[in-house]
Amino acid sequence: MNCTDLLSQLGDYLDGQLSEELRAEVRSHTAECEHCRVVLNTTHQTIEIYKGRELYEVSPELRDRLHNAIMAKCLKK
Amino acid sequence: MPAIQSPGTEEIHPDVALVARAKDGDTAAFEQLVRQYERQVFRVALHITQNREDAEDITQDAFLKAYEKLGQFQGNSKFSTWLVRIAVNESLMRLRKRKTSKTVSMDEDVQTEEGSIPRDFAEWRPNPEQLYNQSEMGDILRKTIQGLPPGFRTVFTLRDIENLSTEETAEALGLSVPAVKSRLLRARLQLRERLSRYFRQKKEGQTA
Repeated sequence: MNCTDLLSQLGDYLDGQLSEELRAEVRSHTAECEHCRVVLNTTHQTIEIYKGRELYEVSPELRDRLHNAIMAKCLKK
Repeated sequence: MPAIQSPGTEEIHPDVALVARAKDGDTAAFEQLVRQYERQVFRVALHITQNREDAEDITQDAFLKAYEKLGQFQGNSKFSTWLVRIAVNESLMRLRKRKTSKTVSMDEDVQTEEGSIPRDFAEWRPNPEQLYNQSEMGDILRKTIQGLPPGFRTVFTLRDIENLSTEETAEALGLSVPAVKSRLLRARLQLRERLSRYFRQKKEGQTA
């Protein structure tokens, strides 16, 4: 596995969708290649740091307003 | 003896009963669906349009459309995926109307490889969570994702923020699974590159 191969498998690797054989190839490549190791680690961190984070808070007031507006629109029909 | 079920059938999602009741005119059931998904639809619309007023309008319009078209919903996909698809389409339409972005289709902006080829090779040390407080981190993450072209932003939002599966994301966007995977990887790599400007290892004598 070279750097280009690794990059093309990176998504499936991070999502746990690679076969054990390919996972082993990824591991042995990243053990040797510092650049790929950094890319793999920091891409993993990118996903983790965003995961499930509420970047846009929906306040109770906004939620009430939205909810009432939706129901008013739908029930008017 | 279990009830009639085809082999390998997954458990029936609780939305199925609510949707059936809503189709029969039970507004309380529809209201329950609204309650369940109004925040998610709003967040998705806001991520795509980056505008709160637009996102509010889109949320209302998306539910209205869902309400009107409920009879056409076949149940081949999850109700939530179907709803998100409506919201994504409304959001992209809104972007096109506003034309504040040069590229607003799911396709135009993904032709280029720009930004998807890794250039920054420094580890993030110390851990970014230790470098910034929650509010600073929120600002950085918002600013970073806002910089992505809409086509990438949308895929990343559905898959990695709203936690839809690859298949659900494909369905919500009207894309094939390989297309979602390829866009998602490029979105992740672009975000990584941009975040590295904030988080990269601080070397001696160099301010990050």
